[in-house]
Amino acid sequence: MQIEQIEILNFLKRYSPFKELPDDLLHQTALQVDIGYFKAGTPILRFGEPLQALHLVRSGAVETYRRNGVLYNRLSEGGIFAEQGLLRDKTVIFPATAIEDSLIYFIPVACFELLYQSDEVFADYVEIGDTQRKKSGVLADKSSNDLMSSEVRQLIGRAAVTLAADATVQQAAQLMQQESVSSLLIVADQSKDAALVGIVTDRDLRNRLIAAGLDYQQPVSVIMTKELVCIESNQFVFEAMLVMLRHNVHHLPVLDQGKVLGIISIADVIRYESQNSLYIVSSIFRQQTVAELQSLSTELASCFVRMVNEDANSRMIGAAMAVTGRSFKQRLLELAEQHLGPPPVPYCFLALGSMARDEQLIVTDQDNALVLHNDYDPLLHQDYFAALAEFVCDGLALCGYSYCSGDIMATNSQWRQPLRVWQQYFTDWIEKPDAQRLLNSAIFFDLEGVWGELHWAEQLNQQIRRQVKANADFLACMARNAISRTPPLGFFKDFVLENDGQQNNSLDIKRRGTAPLADLVRVHALSIGCAATNTYERLLAVKAAGILPKGRADDLIDALEVIAMVRIRQQAKSLQAGRSADNKVKPEELSAFERKTLKEAFQILSFAQKFLKFRYPGGRQ
Amino acid sequence: MFYLKKQELKTDPLQMLSKNWQNTMQQLELKAKDARLKAFYQAGAVAADTALQDICFVALDFETTGLDPVRDGIVSIGLVPLTLNRIHSSKAQSYLVKPRVQLNERSVIVHGITDSAIAQAADLELYIEPLLQALAGKVVLVHHLPIERAFLYHGVMSRLGEGVIFPIIDTLALERGFTQSGLQGWWRSMTAQAKPSLRLADCRQRYQLPAYQPHHAVTDAIACAELFQAQVAQHFSVSTPVGKLWS
Repeated sequence: MQIEQIEILNFLKRYSPFKELPDDLLHQTALQVDIGYFKAGTPILRFGEPLQALHLVRSGAVETYRRNGVLYNRLSEGGIFAEQGLLRDKTVIFPATAIEDSLIYFIPVACFELLYQSDEVFADYVEIGDTQRKKSGVLADKSSNDLMSSEVRQLIGRAAVTLAADATVQQAAQLMQQESVSSLLIVADQSKDAALVGIVTDRDLRNRLIAAGLDYQQPVSVIMTKELVCIESNQFVFEAMLVMLRHNVHHLPVLDQGKVLGIISIADVIRYESQNSLYIVSSIFRQQTVAELQSLSTELASCFVRMVNEDANSRMIGAAMAVTGRSFKQRLLELAEQHLGPPPVPYCFLALGSMARDEQLIVTDQDNALVLHNDYDPLLHQDYFAALAEFVCDGLALCGYSYCSGDIMATNSQWRQPLRVWQQYFTDWIEKPDAQRLLNSAIFFDLEGVWGELHWAEQLNQQIRRQVKANADFLACMARNAISRTPPLGFFKDFVLENDGQQNNSLDIKRRGTAPLADLVRVHALSIGCAATNTYERLLAVKAAGILPKGRADDLIDALEVIAMVRIRQQAKSLQAGRSADNKVKPEELSAFERKTLKEAFQILSFAQKFLKFRYPGGRQ
Repeated sequence: MFYLKKQELKTDPLQMLSKNWQNTMQQLELKAKDARLKAFYQAGAVAADTALQDICFVALDFETTGLDPVRDGIVSIGLVPLTLNRIHSSKAQSYLVKPRVQLNERSVIVHGITDSAIAQAADLELYIEPLLQALAGKVVLVHHLPIERAFLYHGVMSRLGEGVIFPIIDTLALERGFTQSGLQGWWRSMTAQAKPSLRLADCRQRYQLPAYQPHHAVTDAIACAELFQAQVAQHFSVSTPVGKLWS
């Protein structure tokens, strides 16, 4: 049936959650829409007013606010608002104001309820709420992160060390030394459920014992602080800081339902603040031994978790992790040279794969290689560089970058060669590709110099760009290789639905998501001779070159962010739960929203793979 | 000896007439013979000093076979009721009308309504009653008043033997007023620059309103209604008396 409200219908067809509706529901909706114009600056909804409609921005821009006036969300064309109020008691929860001259579509309550009850996708969409829905919707005040929104429990590093009240002061000091802690909780007696009676700190030993000239054989209860100032584990870090300042204490026992979880010190609060990548990078270069470097790897994990909690995007996290990875390598090479003496011929240490692309996460193999000066003589120099490679790769493994299972490391003599050999490798791979060479290309063609003669890395990169761009056959082979790993069809409740109908309960999101996406983008990027290695930057170049259908590059950019962030969040979740992070994703652990967006991202990837096949047909192997 | 106040002396009598639609409608009611017209006029017009926020409007658009109101006819009618707050697109109405003249190719290209589309449609006479009922007591909005006013007048005249006339706000005329007034308008007239386009789509663009596919009666009526809300928001206020706008 032809409807008269054609413009309304056509508009609804363009935006979620309407475009997903079946035709008859969509028509019914279009027939019920009313319209209103709001000049910039005019309020659209006021707090507490009765709500009669779901609001959809037809044109212009709208901001919604919390009751305290803090910005809640900013919406543009196609954005919906007022759904939270409709789902609750049909009054306005988030007041809204037009920030540009705006046209608003009103979808009446009755129609909203019909859609909500009869269409699952629509219901899911409106339930999720608009801030989570849009990446761009992350508008919350930046200061609400960090200390303001982190709970005290995140600072607890270990269980509190306790001592009975009848122990001597000396025993207390010995226990503190042994456990390397700066405070002890004092309990009434040795029993398991003994009551907490006080706290002793470094400062008490100094001020109340040594300065007062007391005998250190007397019971610890003499110098302990009896008036305990505690904090609940779910209070915020900034509250802990305020409590410390107000009571002039440097240690706070953290309670969870009356039980002591641990103690946090003012140093913990300060360290928490400084757990950013910059701080870690600067401390990497201060470490004098491999063992000291190793101790930093736990801080790296906290830094990663923290960035995720602070809503950093995948590019920021990838870049921060890559920078620290690079710093580890550089410091290890410095240490190796101190240890082994100066290199007999110049060399360049290469990072490959995700680190070269600035897309490193917390679970990363070390992929690296050595480019040596053309004067390299195996008889004279082999021992030195083998030892150097071993030192660095072992060090990296200790710091949490596990050995590469494919043996793509500088310790492998095949990947420790003079520049001219590398140049020949690359020429051979490009001109006579076979299965193994294509796999190699996928790793080695994202390369970056980390240490030494960095211009050699640039020289190799230029060679790759020049030779690949001119070789359509190689591109076709790479394209075919890039589509060998496909995303799954989707998710269904708690399992992964495969393209052949098979069901799995988990998914390797790297193998099925980020890796094929990076492979795909690499082919497009090499075809236009793009110098960037980062997948996002490559996509921007591919978009600018106009080789993809209109809008596809932007879709891929969104898909990349969605897939990468699901992977990142899963890893952060594992780390926070005290497990080691991997790339496995179980659909049941994802939110409805994550499942939905991930499915859409996989569809975009799948479509892009089909397009790749079409654009680079053939591909002999 | 004149006892007229200064203010009244200054007032243009023609303007006075056009502003007093309430009176005019009452007179027309007395003269009308057809019951449908009598009922329409009886619903009357609001007082000229009624604030815009208290008025129910109807945006109206015709698609026609051409531009001559005497020889050409109406092929479709779109109407959308609205207030300053809300455009009730959900209550939009439309009528396909079978004109008494042949559809010509030029106009078919414009509005896309073909012979086969109007094969089942009825003559305007059948729609006069529902149309007048929809407009009764409301203030009508159109973009480019001469077309709608003349086509309806002649269309009704040729069927009932008497025409129909009522107050209309012309969004095109309002826009012309805005573009000609003020420093910008003066500068434009002094420098003989091209006059800004007053086509519906171009007017809408000045208010950042979205582009719609033109020449579909309901869409054009909605477009006109949106333009009017935008014009009022930018240039008038909710308490502006309707008498300032209609003609």
